[in-house]
Parts: sequence; structure tokens; C-alpha cells
Amino acid sequence: MQLTPIVLWSDALLFALIAICIFYARQAARHAHLRAPWARVRRNAAGLASATVLIPFVLIGVLDSVHYRPLLEAKAGSATARYSVEVKSLLDVVAGAALGKMIGKSEKTYSAPLATHAFSKETIDIPGSGGARQVREYPRLVAGGAHLKDPVHDWGRDVGVNALRGVVLGAVVWLALAFVLLAMAQPAPHHRLAASWRAVWAGETETPWRAVLLTLLAICIAGALAVTLGSRYHLLGTDKVGQDVFYLSLKSIRTGLLIGTLTTLVMLPLGVLLGITAGYFRGWVDDLIQYIYTTLNSVPGVLLIAASVLMMQVYIDTHPQLFQTAVERADFRLLALCFILGVTSWTGLCRLLRGEALKLRELEYVQAAQAFGVSRFRIIVRHLLPNVMHLVIISAVMDFSGMVLTEAVLSYVGVGVDPTMTSFGSMINAARLEMSREPMVWWSLAAAFFFMFTLVLAANLFADAVRDAFDPRLVVKRPRLNLIRVKAR
Amino acid sequence: MTAYIVRRILYALVILIGVNIITFWLFFKVNTPDDIARLQLGAKRVTPDAIAKWKAERGYDKPLFFNARAEGAKALTDTIFYEKSVTMFAFEFGRADDGRDIAYEIRTRAPASLALAVPMFIVGLGINISFALLMAMFRATRFDFWGVVYCVAMMSVSSLFFIIAGQYVFSKLWHLVPISGYAEGLSATKFLILPVAIGVFASIGGSTRLYRTIFIEEMARDYVRTARAKGLSELTVLFKHVLKNGMIPILTGVVVVIPSLFTGSLLTESFFGIPGLGSYTIEAIGAQDFGIVRSMVFIGAVLYIIGLVLTDISYTLVDPRVTLE
Repeated sequence: MQLTPIVLWSDALLFALIAICIFYARQAARHAHLRAPWARVRRNAAGLASATVLIPFVLIGVLDSVHYRPLLEAKAGSATARYSVEVKSLLDVVAGAALGKMIGKSEKTYSAPLATHAFSKETIDIPGSGGARQVREYPRLVAGGAHLKDPVHDWGRDVGVNALRGVVLGAVVWLALAFVLLAMAQPAPHHRLAASWRAVWAGETETPWRAVLLTLLAICIAGALAVTLGSRYHLLGTDKVGQDVFYLSLKSIRTGLLIGTLTTLVMLPLGVLLGITAGYFRGWVDDLIQYIYTTLNSVPGVLLIAASVLMMQVYIDTHPQLFQTAVERADFRLLALCFILGVTSWTGLCRLLRGEALKLRELEYVQAAQAFGVSRFRIIVRHLLPNVMHLVIISAVMDFSGMVLTEAVLSYVGVGVDPTMTSFGSMINAARLEMSREPMVWWSLAAAFFFMFTLVLAANLFADAVRDAFDPRLVVKRPRLNLIRVKAR
Repeated sequence: MTAYIVRRILYALVILIGVNIITFWLFFKVNTPDDIARLQLGAKRVTPDAIAKWKAERGYDKPLFFNARAEGAKALTDTIFYEKSVTMFAFEFGRADDGRDIAYEIRTRAPASLALAVPMFIVGLGINISFALLMAMFRATRFDFWGVVYCVAMMSVSSLFFIIAGQYVFSKLWHLVPISGYAEGLSATKFLILPVAIGVFASIGGSTRLYRTIFIEEMARDYVRTARAKGLSELTVLFKHVLKNGMIPILTGVVVVIPSLFTGSLLTESFFGIPGLGSYTIEAIGAQDFGIVRSMVFIGAVLYIIGLVLTDISYTLVDPRVTLE
């Protein structure tokens, strides 16, 4: 064995979550009433385009969740295989193949995006003088632009040529993808490709393929640029210890996704169970549950999280024997953070579901079930739960983006993820201190904010689409973005 | 009404006891004072003596609930639970790790927090409502469309970005205001203007969109149609009828945060070096000063509950149909 796979707790939970999603998707595909709202999401251009943006994020997150420990070179005479304490992921392999030498700690310290020379001057020995003569200069980078013989002269041309190659490569990949997608979906009748293309560009297809394909084009070109430029230069520069910022941003995606999704995994069971119980049973159960959530609500969120995280940090520090590697410790802290965030944020959903259950329990079909002697448990599972599911799905997707933003704030306050773990928050936190540098080191901040913005914006738009599709009351209330077109006709 | 308020206050007390139990459980049961002492003293060079000294300095060396060695009522009062948790109800918070009185610190820091939070709240609310009303007025036009797009985009930007970018552009690049700091009295204005502006700007987003929805819903009601049918101008309808009624859910919704303005905003205060309660809390978290964190949790809970009671009362004030029973 060249490597030993590692399944961190967060990986396991993420895969469990994916399994749940696949299970739900199969269920939804079978039943028309579950399929209908998703079909509405599919017809929403903004929603579908944002889903197209989310897919690469999710792929990167999943790739980054397959962990292993590489084999160390065996010492002579030792029979047992020894594995490195450094935990790697599949993303490292993929990024290593695509970005080459850029990943890892390839440089000494800061360098600007696409730079060939370091950001600050260093004392360098003049070659041939034997160290007797030195000069203050911007040293060449070890990896970034190393293929250039005369960086001052060749740099502009090389960047331009590679950017062009990226655009062309992206366009080619996009064309291939678009043909496959359209051949599979066949938006026009009679399976004619030309007709399909025309319908797509005119925006006449029921599924907004034009929006999807345009988004896909942007993603393909960005991805191709990342490969053609990113394998020759540090696309977004390097940070203080010389790590490639672009690669760090890719690694941060997993943290953001995990915080957003695993928190939901904690929040949903609590909110659903307690909310429905309170609304259905009423009486002292309702009083108790209301008391619990008012109490939790009345503690300021950040403070409760901060207090819990501080306490958890004490636990981690007093039980070092539980964690074999630094990654496992960071992973435990991440999980605990998700747990704490989940425990502090289920109250909104609980209140919502309580109100809904109060309404539902008076409806005829529930009364009828009661009259037939159906047990309370069965009534909750068969009659109440399916009828509040749309609220659960809406709140799950709506909360995701908020959690990603919260992580950054918490990491800044010092109660977020483990400092060794790459996340948008820790990137911002590390870069914040460089604000006072002259000229400013802006690229770490810009990269973190850009990736976070893209992820959160896509999540927000997708959540909007889901809410519009699932909430029957909102269909009439909210004038949708396509109102303008309706008016123009 | 009076009976209702008395009942609410009693209920508030019960909730506060709950908050107190949660914090006590978090800070003294999940991890014992020994663990905390070990963490604060540094895990390596820690001796039992040092831990005992650390605990004695902070009064953590007593039993949790029942002191068997003390006599009479002291068996209950000479405990951590009584000294650290029960006394909070009298707003006695004890001393911070640096020996200062927490209650005194809170009193001296609250004005700075208020000086930042109150203008931010009022101006922010005003701008949010005006923007939402404008969008509702020009609903289903390009302005409305791009307004909503703008709100969604603003919702997706981290609040850290606004602060960092604002500080960079206005303080570092253009040297309009000092980057951070604070002064007493009127001279505080030049320190406060940027954080307030950034806070107001960053507040546009989710709530603006919500208010827009509220106004648009209100505009679809029968009384608005009647007002239009009477021949009132669109502006009169909007400002005299829609705005007034739309304000009911908006105002009652924001009343709950008004008391919490005291505790200030964590991020803005710590970025701009304003010596309010928000930065106090952040410093305490950074220094792992559990006494301060516990006190702030308690104060936050008290203010939130006051906000809840105020919300109930404000319903009766703005909507005569609502009575409290």
C-alpha cells in the first residue's frame, strides 16, 4: 500500500449527507408532488445558473474530503510501513496535477499575483563573487514564472499567450460540454441539434438553457485560465509563508461548505422534532419547548458561540491524547463548531414549524386520522412531517449562505475554525494584519472575499429559487425578476 | 395590561434563570475551573500549587453548590454557584482577570457603544425604509429589478469586507478620517462618522428586501385601492396610507434589538478601536477572560428580554386592535 485512507469525522458526515441527498432525489424523482417544486426551480433562470456555479464548489469540496496519509519512504531494516502524519486529500492530487509546482510552500514569502519576482527586496549574493558582494534586489520566485528566461522582457507576452490559450481551451471544453448537455436534454423537438441551438439562444426553451450555458462558459474559461496561467505563475500571488493563495482559496471551499451543511445536519433534527412536537401536543410540552428556545434565543448568538467554543478549546487542550494528528484536532474543532452553530440556530425553524403544526393539527385529515385511532407517532410521521417538509427544505438552503459568512466573522473573533485549518475566515484574519503594509498586500483578502462572495451569492440565488418554488404562498406575493419581460410583451 | 406586563417580567425572570444555568453549566461543569486554570497558566509549567493559587485569586476554590464546611446559610452562599451566578441578578459581576471591576467597566464603556450603535441604527433604519419604499413605488421597473439585484449582492458580501475596504479607502487612501481611535464628547464625531457610514451601508440588503415585500403586500390591500379610487395622488397614497401601515410590522420587528444597542457591535468596535462593550467582549474572548464573557452573556440576555417585552407593548401602541391579556 502506497497510502492509507483516512476518514475524518467530518468526511464521514459529509458523505452521509450526500447519501441522504441522493436518497431524497430518488424519492423525489418517483413522486410527482415532490418533483413539481423542483421542476419549478429548474425553470428559474437565476436559480439554475447559480446551481451551475455551485456544482464546481461542491465538487471541489467533495474531492477535498477524500483524505489519505501517504507512505513514508521506508527506513532500511524496518519491516512495518510508516505513514506520514501529514494528511492529504484527493484535491491535493488533482491540484498537483493541474497546477504543478505552485502548490505547497513553494516561495519564501509574499509575491503579487502572476509575479515573477518576490514582493520585497532581499539581500542576494552576486553569483561568482563567492558571497563577497551582495545586492538588494527583488529575488526571482522559485516556482512562479520560473520557465521564463528573461522575465522583464518576456513576462507580458507569456501572460498574454497563456491567457489566450486559457480562453480558447475553456471555449473548447465548453463547446464539448454544451453539445453533450444539449444532446442529452434535447430542448427542441425532432432531436435536431441546430433547432436546439436556435431555441436555446432565443431563450425559448422551458428550462433556461441559455443562462446555464452562459454560466458554464464563464466557469469553463475561469477553470482553463486557472490551469494555463496557474501552472506557470501564482495566479493570485502567495501569502506570508509563501503558499499559493489560489490553492488556499480552493482548500477553503471545503471548510465553508462543511460549516454550511453540517450545521444544517445538527439543526434540522432538533428544529423539526421539537417544533412539531410543540405544535402537535401543545400543553406543557409546548410550554417547555417554547421556554427552551426563548432561553437559547435570549443569549446573544455570537457570545453563546464564543463561550461554547472557548469551553471546547479547553476540552481539546486538556485531552491531547484523543487526537493523533493536527488535522484530526482541527477536524474535531470544526465539527464542534458546526454542532454549536446548529444548537444555537435551530430556534427559528422550531418556531416556524411549531406554528405550522398548530395550524395543521386542526385540519380535517388530521382530525380524521385521529378519529380512526391512528397513533400520534404515525400522525406526526405520515401527516404532519410531509406537510412541513417544504419549510424544512427552504430553511436548510436559506441558512447555508449565512453560515458561510458567520464562519468568517467567528474566525476573525478568534472562535472559529482551528488556526491550522484553511478557511475564508482564517485567510482574511491572516491578511488583515498586512493592511498597514505599503504598498498593500491585497491579494489574499481579495481572493478570500471573491471566492466567498461567489459561493454565497450563488447560494443566495439558489435559495431564493427554492423558496419561490416551494412556498405556495409566495407564488402570488413576490413579483419575480422576469416581470420586466412580461411587461415588454 | 399591567397584569400582562407583570406576568411577562416574571416569565423573563424564569428565562434569565435558564440562561444562568446554561452559562453556569458551560463554564463550571463542562470544564472545571481546574481545566481553565491549566489552560490559562499554560499547559506545560503548571503545578497544583499554581492552580490552587489561580483558583483562590478568582474565588473558584469553593465547592460548586454546597459548602459542607461552612455553617448555616453560608453552606449555600459560600459556593461558586452563589457567588458567580446568583449575584448576577443583582448586577454584581465580580472582577475581571486584570483585577478591574466588571460592572464599573461596563458602565464606563456603554456610552461609547451607544454613541456608535444608536446613530447606526437610526440612520440605517431610515435609509433601509426609504430605499424599500422607493423600490415599492417603482415596482416592476428597471429600478426595482436592479434594486433587488443590488440587495441580493449586498447580502452576499461579508461584513468584514465593508469594514476593511471602507477603512482602506477613506482612512488610508484619502486620509479623510483617522483609521481608528476614540475621544470623549463632540470630538468623537470624526472617529465615529466612518464606522457609522460603513455600518449603515452594510445594513442595506436582506432587511431592505423584506421591507420592500412588506410595502408591496400593503399596496395590494383593499384600503389602498379605495384610496386610489377616491382620486388621491400616488404620493399621498404611498406616504399617508402605505407607509404608515407598512411601518407597523417593521417597527415592531426592530424594537427587539433596541435594548441590545447597549452591547454595541463586536466587529465594528474592534476594527475601529472604539472602547465600547463590543470591543470589550472581543478582548475578553481573545484573553479568555471567562468572568467578562459570562457577564456579557447575562447582560445580553437581560437586554433581549427587555426587547421582547417592549415589542409586545409596541404592538398595542401602534395597532389599537391588539390588546395584551
